[in-house]
Amino acid sequence: MITAISILFFVLIVCVVVGLAAGSQRIGPAQLFSDSFSRTLFFRLRLPRVLMGLVIGASLGVTGAALQALFRNPLADPYTLGVSGGAALGSSISIALGWSARLAGIPFIFVASFIGATLAVILVMGIARAGAVVLPGALLLAGVAVNLIAAAGVLTIQYLTDPASALRILRWLIGSLDVVGLGPIGRMMLVLAPAWLALLAYSRQLHLLAIDEDTAATLGVNVRRTEAIVHALCALIVGVTVSAGGAIGFVGLIVPHAVRIMFGQDLRIVLPGSLLLGAAFLILADALARTALPSSELPVGAITGLLGGPVFLWLLRRRQQYSVL
Amino acid sequence: MTALSSVAAHRFEAHHLAYAYPGGPLVVRDVSLTSTPGCMTAVVGANGAGKSTLIRMLAGLLRPASGAVLLDGVPLKDWQPRLRAREIAYVPQSTPTVFPFQVIELVLSGRTPHTPGFQLESSHDTEKAMQALENAGAAHLASRSFTSLSGGERQMVILARALAQEPRFLLLDEPSSSLDLKHRADLIRTLARLRNTQRLSVIMITHDLQLTASFDQLVALRCGEVAAAGTPDEVLRDDLLRDVYGDPSVHSRRIGEQTLIWVDL
Repeated sequence: MITAISILFFVLIVCVVVGLAAGSQRIGPAQLFSDSFSRTLFFRLRLPRVLMGLVIGASLGVTGAALQALFRNPLADPYTLGVSGGAALGSSISIALGWSARLAGIPFIFVASFIGATLAVILVMGIARAGAVVLPGALLLAGVAVNLIAAAGVLTIQYLTDPASALRILRWLIGSLDVVGLGPIGRMMLVLAPAWLALLAYSRQLHLLAIDEDTAATLGVNVRRTEAIVHALCALIVGVTVSAGGAIGFVGLIVPHAVRIMFGQDLRIVLPGSLLLGAAFLILADALARTALPSSELPVGAITGLLGGPVFLWLLRRRQQYSVL
Repeated sequence: MTALSSVAAHRFEAHHLAYAYPGGPLVVRDVSLTSTPGCMTAVVGANGAGKSTLIRMLAGLLRPASGAVLLDGVPLKDWQPRLRAREIAYVPQSTPTVFPFQVIELVLSGRTPHTPGFQLESSHDTEKAMQALENAGAAHLASRSFTSLSGGERQMVILARALAQEPRFLLLDEPSSSLDLKHRADLIRTLARLRNTQRLSVIMITHDLQLTASFDQLVALRCGEVAAAGTPDEVLRDDLLRDVYGDPSVHSRRIGEQTLIWVDL
């Protein structure tokens, strides 16, 4: 376990260095000391952006791993289950209404996004659950339906709202890690860090739930309580990340699988491993998005989608071969 | 210790259990049974007689509509789940695991109730898990992936997981349904050996009446109610079995130590 985590931690550090080095403007350590423009660029834009990738990637990775275990479905992730969609709808509503207000110090877009994500989780789980069994087909179809409803809702809002808000929603929907300064990241971490830790604290319960619900229950897991808590934590994490970075797809799907392939099925490794690898992966994907085209930037969501979509299809194919349900 | 608790200690009892699935009729009605250390109980009955529902209530997976399950005199619902898991293990009919867990990983999960929170299993736990795999006759499967196993192999692995829990009471729901002749016999021999060496109590659902001859007590369910209960000799009788299965062509004959049961085709 310690080996696995050390390796992934090392991978993350390498990716952070690559992410900090990549960009249209070359910034070496020497410039940081000599050139104040480079210093501003580095600390106001590039470092925040890499940290944003770290925070969002880690969030998507760990929630993907948790949701896959909870739903006992290797195709589950915040995006495929409609959780990101629900959060996106919540965020759009709050952008359109111009609610820049804060609720007890928390930006309202966080709250709206969290509510959207929560409703999506409740809806999808309610439809897919039949007794102790979560029907895999119904789960993914419900996720698709929730995504479609949410997308239609977002479109409607864009159509009805003023052009400026519509453009803001569009820019934000594409998904970007653009951020100026470290302040927003600090505010996100206030919510995310405790939520990550709480989720990691449920590693053992999720490990047993990933095996089988009845097995987990007879081994002493309070299934309903674990489910409710993990749902809430995932909705919270996804809500915050989507409201900040848009709906970035498939990170939560690919990353846990990569960790499983490397280090096996034990959720007590897969969960923290997905947190680290998710961060590394998104930083790398964003570095690619920033440097792939000579003159402009690609949205990072496009990169993760192009990589993740085929992996999803491959998993679907494999699942048919080894299907047990 | 009070007189009451000393009587109730080391007993697993079901008192007048009843259960109905939401919106449905009662599928278990007024079922009582008692298990003591080293007692092997078989639950038999036709399909849909309420056997699985009964054992799921005993395992704490279903809350009875009325009646109570008592472990050492304390209602099952008042036990801390983790402490209960050290006393009672459950082998379900099937374990639909999706992820390709390694067999030893799966068996190790049975050690959870004995390992402190936020800790991985120790080498002591791994030893216990290997021993459980050996007892279940599945040691050769340890490094295989669970999802690649046959139905019978899976049943042996899940039995090993339950044994790794080191329970006092082992509940099994048709553990022999996918096993071949030899492995069925091995299963019963293993359970009997653990009864003799560790005073393990067994409550097992089975359709294989032949296997129940070596049990201490039999409970026959019909339409959710106890139709007959007693020693194998008392229950495995033509008239009772015909009633339990609703088929007049059931026969049983005692031949020496064995009871032979067959149906006219």
